[in-house]
Amino acid sequence: MPPLKLTVNARAVAVDVPADMPLLWVLRDVLDLKGSKFGCGIGECGACTVHVKGQPMRSCSVPASAVAGMEITTIEGLSLDGSHPLQKAWTKLDVPQCGYCQAGQIMTAAALLAAKPKPTDGDVDAAMAGNLCRCCTYLRIREAVHEAAGQTPAKK
Amino acid sequence: MESLLVDRRSFLKVTTLAGGGLLLGAYRAAPAHAAGSEFVPNAFIRISPEGVVTILSKNPEVGQGVKTSLPMIIAEELEVDFETVVVEQALADEARYGRQVAGGSQSTPVNWEDHHRFGAAARQMLVTAAALTWGVPESECVASRGAVNHKASGRTLGYGALATKAASLTPPDLKSVVLKDPKDYKIIGRSIPQVDNPKIVTGKPLFGIDVTVPGMLYAVFEKCPVFAGSVRSANLDAVKALPGVRHAFVVDGQKERLDGLMPGVAIVADGWWAAKSAREKLEVVWDEGPTAQQGSASFAAKAAELGPKPGARRLRNDGDVDAALAGAAKTVESAYAYPFIAHAPLEPQNTTAQWKDGKIEIWSPTQNPQPGRQLVATTLGIPESDVTIHMTRIGGGFGRRLRNDFMVEAAWIARAAGVPVKLLWTREDDMRHDFYRPAGFHFLKGGVDASGRIAAWRNHFVTFGDGENTAPSAGMGDAEFPARFLANYRHETSMMPLGVPTGPLRAPGSNALAWVMQSFIDELAHAAGRDPVQFRLDLLGEPRVVKNADGSAAYDAGRMRGVVAAVAEKAGWGRTLPKGRGLGIAFHFSHRGYFAEVAEVSVSASKAVKVEKVWVAGDVGSVIINPSGALHQVQGSVLDGLAELYQEITIEAGRTKQASFPDFPLLRFNEAPPVEVHFVKTDFPPTGLGEPALPPLPPAVCNAIFAATGTRVRTLPITREGFKKA
Repeated sequence: MPPLKLTVNARAVAVDVPADMPLLWVLRDVLDLKGSKFGCGIGECGACTVHVKGQPMRSCSVPASAVAGMEITTIEGLSLDGSHPLQKAWTKLDVPQCGYCQAGQIMTAAALLAAKPKPTDGDVDAAMAGNLCRCCTYLRIREAVHEAAGQTPAKK
Repeated sequence: MESLLVDRRSFLKVTTLAGGGLLLGAYRAAPAHAAGSEFVPNAFIRISPEGVVTILSKNPEVGQGVKTSLPMIIAEELEVDFETVVVEQALADEARYGRQVAGGSQSTPVNWEDHHRFGAAARQMLVTAAALTWGVPESECVASRGAVNHKASGRTLGYGALATKAASLTPPDLKSVVLKDPKDYKIIGRSIPQVDNPKIVTGKPLFGIDVTVPGMLYAVFEKCPVFAGSVRSANLDAVKALPGVRHAFVVDGQKERLDGLMPGVAIVADGWWAAKSAREKLEVVWDEGPTAQQGSASFAAKAAELGPKPGARRLRNDGDVDAALAGAAKTVESAYAYPFIAHAPLEPQNTTAQWKDGKIEIWSPTQNPQPGRQLVATTLGIPESDVTIHMTRIGGGFGRRLRNDFMVEAAWIARAAGVPVKLLWTREDDMRHDFYRPAGFHFLKGGVDASGRIAAWRNHFVTFGDGENTAPSAGMGDAEFPARFLANYRHETSMMPLGVPTGPLRAPGSNALAWVMQSFIDELAHAAGRDPVQFRLDLLGEPRVVKNADGSAAYDAGRMRGVVAAVAEKAGWGRTLPKGRGLGIAFHFSHRGYFAEVAEVSVSASKAVKVEKVWVAGDVGSVIINPSGALHQVQGSVLDGLAELYQEITIEAGRTKQASFPDFPLLRFNEAPPVEVHFVKTDFPPTGLGEPALPPLPPAVCNAIFAATGTRVRTLPITREGFKKA
């Protein structure tokens, strides 16, 4: 099988992997991008969320071969230096507890804000409902999404 | 979040009251010495000649925030700006750092005073070094923001410039150092984001699963679905021929303990995906062993048979329960049951291990490294001193990673494979090989007298064990509330044998027992026609400390009254609600913390439950070290408790039925109600917050469901009672 050509964080790479290997494991174990996390392997928890052509996607459940040539962005490529408004809001409002799910949370929220720069609480609910946080940092995630969107904090 | 009462006496007075808690003698290592030309006053602090201040964090960071809050205490006394400090995770080394564990909400109470003294001792030495340098009295020198100042002469020396001189001094007796007055705190009491946040939000490797060692291979490990079942045969040759597979072998393991190295088949491959893909072709013939017939249904049937009979053992019998029940104005008899549940931390179990020259080096997301070291040493037959453990950041623990089964598996496989190995479980492995919160069955009878107070209480607790010893985390102490608060109280227990691994889940014991006790108290309040808050205050009685005869198990009724009254006020207890809505209250003391919670729920005609809001009042002493982290722990505990109302692990034919999140639901974003938190400050040393806010939540919600519907939830998950999520 010829090497697979991927575009990850604006960098073109060629990887020699089995056709069924999910994007998550190419990112983590071949390209050494550890930010996208393995939580369930069946697209239920969202810890592995990346952007493919700007859309949030569960990298654990899509073969890398299916996204060859497409623009893939991981948490490592969301900004050069952690300066994305969501990254800044997450740090400032101290959103993480254990932190394991947060890359996936941020990537899902980034896609939301790209589509809806001023989301309502209902928009945030709909967008974030697929990302699990076992520590239950949801209340602070909501605040941080609104903070990043330049909105006054949601009513508690 | 706000403080209801700020009444801080001096820190010294408070710590004197705490008395005897000093652990300073445990730190045998760390005399002051110059490492290079660094100033290393003790095991927890390093100051370089360039002025870089490094503070070591001793305990595993599991999301409870100790990697930030414990160094904050040292930085406070050291007089440095916290933002300039480099925080470093300590190696697992209890001789050097004292007990290292993320469990029992112990980090704050155990380390609070010691960490003050480590920081203060270093500060004192730096002041001495400056005074000697300038030839002025120490009393004229003041430490502030990483430097020592001499006001009279306007001179200043940074800690870096003082490091070499300070390193030549003899450290003071830690017990003699002078601590700051709490009114001068600049760091403690301030919300400080976690030190790892910048790495977390940019996806830097931090967690066990992220560890990479040169030349490392990847492993999966298949165990028998029936716990402790062993391998009869496996198609190893076929598996070894699969792409990327380097090794496939049987691990004999042992069956004597469920938390040791279990039998199974290891597959080691070039990548984890290759290993997992090969595992799908693995065929194992198991010897399932003697527990393949057990199941949740048969446990429940056996418990129902045992429950109405006298208990096998009587653990407490105060007063004359039978006479008091016979003479009660009203009696209530109820059976409560809760299921096994899993921990399901989001980071699946993993460990990376490297065997080299007869020694093993381990990188592991463990909450409890020292027992892991013992287990690895015993299992591999090497001295404990040949086991090095690096504690990684942990993607959630909740008690699961107090056990080190994944660590010993990785160590064994790495030695057998002869290369560094990262073992990683699947989600399904994690859910099916957990140390579950044990199920339990309570058969209660209570009576109220004509004045509307509890006249007698009887509980037959049917749990798991071998007849003498309860299964891990399946016990109930003889001081469990409302024991000691009632004149007529009896607690009996019977046990059923169990071949399912059990263990501590966040607020172990309490996470289930509070639901039973606070639900039944509610039943008695309604039977008596009393207001549930006033009924509880009467039960608690006058403010006083209730203790066992030997002084143990102290329970401060006054502190609990304080949080009950506070939460009732904040929640607007007693207000009129529309049909289908209700308020419920519950309280619980655990892990040294006093918590009371009120839930407001709405329940639709189709029994869809929505928790509208939760109010929390908690008393964990005089100081909240990091309000941001404290609020996080309380809100997280409350929402965790809400999730548990819907969770169940079912044992069928000796194995776990559930596999992953579709059949073991975690709380989702849109299901999280607002949680309003109030800390009631009292004159006691600060205690931990990882657990004590959880136990009141399940009964508060169930009591609110009763208020809204008239239906009492006596079986969990609440879907068993016909309720569902809104």
